Amino acid sequence: MSDSPTGPLERTPLYDLHRELGARLVPFAGYEMPVQYPTGILAEHAHTRTAAGLFDVSHMGQVRLTAKPGHDAARALEAIVPGDILGLEPGQQRYTQFTTAEAGITDDLMVTSTGDHLLLVVNAACKHADLAHLRQSLAASCEIEPMFARGLLALQGPLASAVLARLAPQVATMKFMTGAFVIIDGARCYVTRSGYTGGDGFEISTPADAAAAIARKLLAEPEVKPIGLGARDSLRLEAGLCLYGHDMDTTTTPNEAGLLWSIAKRRREQGGFPGAAIVQRQIAEGAPRRRVGLLSDGKAIAREGAEIVVSGAIVGKVTSGGFAPTLGRAVAMGYVERAHAATGTKVDLMVRGKPVAAEIVPMPFVKHAYYRG
Amino acid sequence: MASVRYSEEHEWVRLDGDVATIGITDYAQQQLGDVVFVEVPQVGRKVEKGESVAVVESVKAASDIFAPVSGEVVEANAALADSPGDINAEPMGKGWFFKLRIADQAQLDGLMDEAAYDAFVKSLG
Repeated sequence: MSDSPTGPLERTPLYDLHRELGARLVPFAGYEMPVQYPTGILAEHAHTRTAAGLFDVSHMGQVRLTAKPGHDAARALEAIVPGDILGLEPGQQRYTQFTTAEAGITDDLMVTSTGDHLLLVVNAACKHADLAHLRQSLAASCEIEPMFARGLLALQGPLASAVLARLAPQVATMKFMTGAFVIIDGARCYVTRSGYTGGDGFEISTPADAAAAIARKLLAEPEVKPIGLGARDSLRLEAGLCLYGHDMDTTTTPNEAGLLWSIAKRRREQGGFPGAAIVQRQIAEGAPRRRVGLLSDGKAIAREGAEIVVSGAIVGKVTSGGFAPTLGRAVAMGYVERAHAATGTKVDLMVRGKPVAAEIVPMPFVKHAYYRG
Repeated sequence: MASVRYSEEHEWVRLDGDVATIGITDYAQQQLGDVVFVEVPQVGRKVEKGESVAVVESVKAASDIFAPVSGEVVEANAALADSPGDINAEPMGKGWFFKLRIADQAQLDGLMDEAAYDAFVKSLG
């Protein structure tokens, strides 16, 4: 989890708050970020699954696209992502990827339409490359505004809605994957009902100078505790969600990564995004390998890089693995050759040179709990 | 009276007769964070000083535990399999890893006493 370029580390608007809260700060994607607070990752994980956890994700890249006169930002963006952006109604959000001509993935992102603009949230470690890619591809049709100084707070968990509604009542009726402008603590924020934990929750984009005050207000609510990157990773793993640079990268196609659900029928048929021919061919013929969930019998944890073996032959590799606190056992995901990727297949995961018996299972490992109204 | 010595790998060694009980220090468990899995050595295994003999996994990562002295494993803490959290709660008590019948008591001289270990931890910042 430490894709950190060299050079001085940047700080988010919540840096002082993290220090006050006793966070352990680590370099992450060029930022000094909290990996955990004094209660520890297990307690933070459990709190997010049962109450409400507040995450600082201000290191992620927020970019605003606005169509230039005579152009359409959604149409322009569709030239570089396979998602259905033209079909986004104002206030709707969608998950998609930036793809290469070989149908590899250079980043994954959320896109929300406000009606006037498209708001993008991309991964921290990729944001400068993504911005360059956007400028190179869309400069003729869109104004491209990086908003890297803005705050981004994620409030996640079954009590997130009740808590945030105390500060902004209209969020209670928002549905999963929708967004709206909301005044919180006097600041104009953009809130989406989404997240990276598999549970209900919100991401709150704030003006840079309002982020810390809003975070303190949320933390003052009895249900809310601060959560670090450590639990963010274990939560998303339980939810079966991909981590860019680990579970997908330029060598994996959306088909292989199990992300075809994010490519609408129109886009599958019409193509018009980088790598479309390969995506279409893999839809017709099947992808050569697939991302699968892996559940092992013992307690030993197969981590990223562990080989996946069937009858003595290597058929794949673990790309994320760890302890799933909700289940009290180890889980993993990885890529497996198509012939061995069926649910129920028995495999061995090589952990420190020893085979650990495991089975290919459907994901998520912990049921999603999104609010669909 | 049992004396406790410490290694630069943040292990403690408590000698009682010719049997040394080995675990990790409070500093080590704090650095690891929540421990979720432990692999302890087989009884009867002969280990060399510096050899990897056990594994401790936190939510974040797996770490090797090295034998701070040479010897033969006479007991391993089987209870850790079901309660790895003992290592966080009582690193120098219930959270011990294994016991060695040590071959050469002189190897203990290469380890630090408590004052030296405290100074070593301070020097790490």
